Amino acid sequence: MKKEAQLDLYHQMVLIRRIEEQAAELYQQGKIGGFLHLYIGQEAVSTGLIAARQPHDRVITAYRDHGVAINCGLPANEVMAELLGKATGVSKGRGGSMHMADASKNFWGGHAIVGAHLPIAAGFALGDQYAGNDNVTICMFGEGATNIGFFHEALNLAQVWKLKVLWVCENNKYGMGTSVERASAVPEIRQKAEGYGMPNSRVDGMDVMKVYEAACDAIEKVRTESHPYLLEAVTYRYRGHSMGDPERYRKPEEIKQWQENDPIGIFRKQLVSKKTTSEKALDEIEARVTQEVAAAVEFAESSPEPELDDLFKNIYAES
Amino acid sequence: MSKITMREAISKAIWEEMERDPSVFIMGEEVGVWGGTYAVTKGFYDHFGARRVKDSPIAEAVIIGSAIGAAMVGQRPIAELMTINFAFSAMEHIVNEAAKLRYMFGGQFTIPMVIRAVGGGGRQLGATHSQTPDVIFAHFPGLKVVSPGTPADAKGLLKSAIRSNDPVLFIEHAAMYQLRGDVPDEEYTLPIGKSTVQREGSDVTIVTYCKGLELSMKAAEQLASEGIRVEIVDLRTLRPLDMQPVIESFKKTNRAVIVEEGWKSFGVGAEVASRIYEEAFDYLDAPVRRVAQDEVPLPYNRTLEQAALPQVEDVIAAVREVL
Ligand SMILES: Cc1ncc(C[n+]2csc(CCOP(=O)(O)OP(=O)(O)O)c2C)c(N)n1
Repeated sequence: MKKEAQLDLYHQMVLIRRIEEQAAELYQQGKIGGFLHLYIGQEAVSTGLIAARQPHDRVITAYRDHGVAINCGLPANEVMAELLGKATGVSKGRGGSMHMADASKNFWGGHAIVGAHLPIAAGFALGDQYAGNDNVTICMFGEGATNIGFFHEALNLAQVWKLKVLWVCENNKYGMGTSVERASAVPEIRQKAEGYGMPNSRVDGMDVMKVYEAACDAIEKVRTESHPYLLEAVTYRYRGHSMGDPERYRKPEEIKQWQENDPIGIFRKQLVSKKTTSEKALDEIEARVTQEVAAAVEFAESSPEPELDDLFKNIYAES
Repeated sequence: MSKITMREAISKAIWEEMERDPSVFIMGEEVGVWGGTYAVTKGFYDHFGARRVKDSPIAEAVIIGSAIGAAMVGQRPIAELMTINFAFSAMEHIVNEAAKLRYMFGGQFTIPMVIRAVGGGGRQLGATHSQTPDVIFAHFPGLKVVSPGTPADAKGLLKSAIRSNDPVLFIEHAAMYQLRGDVPDEEYTLPIGKSTVQREGSDVTIVTYCKGLELSMKAAEQLASEGIRVEIVDLRTLRPLDMQPVIESFKKTNRAVIVEEGWKSFGVGAEVASRIYEEAFDYLDAPVRRVAQDEVPLPYNRTLEQAALPQVEDVIAAVREVL
């Protein structure tokens, strides 16, 4: 990967981290409502993954969606505005944290019902197969979602119908407070693909370049060989499941241990030790991000509320 | 005009739309090689091929879910549920996805899909296979729910549903496929969300839809021999509900009976009666009556099943009560 592209990935990861730290603060201040699921700790997964897609490849994910939104190129301003429920938000204030989407960026949302977007992802690939194009659908979900029926219906259909879906399981060890071992018959999620005769692999989800390479490889296979593929990225979320999680299910030492493997820290070290860039250049990126986040908050706070008169808009395409 | 069956009318609507628009395809359990559980898609597989007539696994969530996805990216899928009783396995995707995605993402997505599902009792299939849960789906803004009572309406409304840019649940009745009626030979569509007067009269208004129309028509015939003139308004679409012809008729007759096959509690009758009270209270000459299914999971035994289902005699009795 070219130097500029690598620095761009670094920028994306830092931007996600800082936007979310800011969002946590705004949540505490009561400016963001509802549920807020932070992606902090997992940034390398979607950043590496989305870097590997072509613009015509579709992306769909669960409610932990701010990071993917940024990676897909949704403007930070509009992401922040959606968090604040403003008319200028990516979903015009109708969706909130869990429901960000931008069809123009081929980002098909943030979906809040665990596993429910997997059949829809299969449908994107079905539509593309019907149209005869070579788009790949990238569908992300947590390991907790692999215990619900939707996952199995979707994987089976994708395999029988040879749909071009890259299933990406972000195994961050916990579904809310339940560890993967306590909820899944097999702790290694990629094994579930075996049951469907689906090619699969596992990657270190804390290393953005490893994710990128694994994703390039998998997307290539899906596109050229016309079959689905399951990629499991082993990762960890540093924050609670959502805001206000008492975190009784894990020890602080465990979090600390994973923080030593911080995806941004790892990448920074790589960039400097391989002499791709200097510490100073990376510091400049961080400074730029600080400004971008401040601007996003400013944009969101000064944006108008949605019009009450528009309450009933967009229920149907045709009245 | 030709006299054809409901089955032929529905089949023709799908066939014609598939011929007209290459983005239309049909998917579901046994729609292809088998020819459709109720033979609606007989001959489709041979004519249109496996690409456009897709036999799916027995997996309702992914049948509906993947149809939603395909619709969002520009196709016009018709997803067939073998019966509406299996819609509960796909409830998530009908209610939380199809009905919500457009609104929740600020109007970014369009979901031009049809869910076809067969409902209704009376065939001794037992409690799980005999339901009329139409109102459950009509409860949700974001869905359109259509359930015709004549072959002509079925054809025109299904064609509109396929052309619609919104998700439409199209409910057929398992005991009505042999029903015959006049259907125009030329191309036509009928608007979704429009109720219609199926029989004119001045003494009492019956509001009904789907199988209830058949019962009400028979009741009206019998009552006519006694000089009672029944007007019948067929809702045809439950959401969006078009009350205008109902209210107009009621203002003329001042008496109403609502006939549906589903359970009475929280049903179509409850909704329509409330709206009559809200919009035409001053015109009431008698309490509105409801004819519906008894509050019981439908039994297998034929006598018990028929006792629980609304019958022509029940409609006649209700009309007499309001007169
Ligand atoms: C069908 C359904 N059941 C329960 C929930 C509540 N819930 C939200 S997130 C979650 C845990 C999911 O864990 P996982 O899929 O591993 O994703 P992660 O949160 O770790 O990203 C649960 C139980 C839900 N949203 N949907």
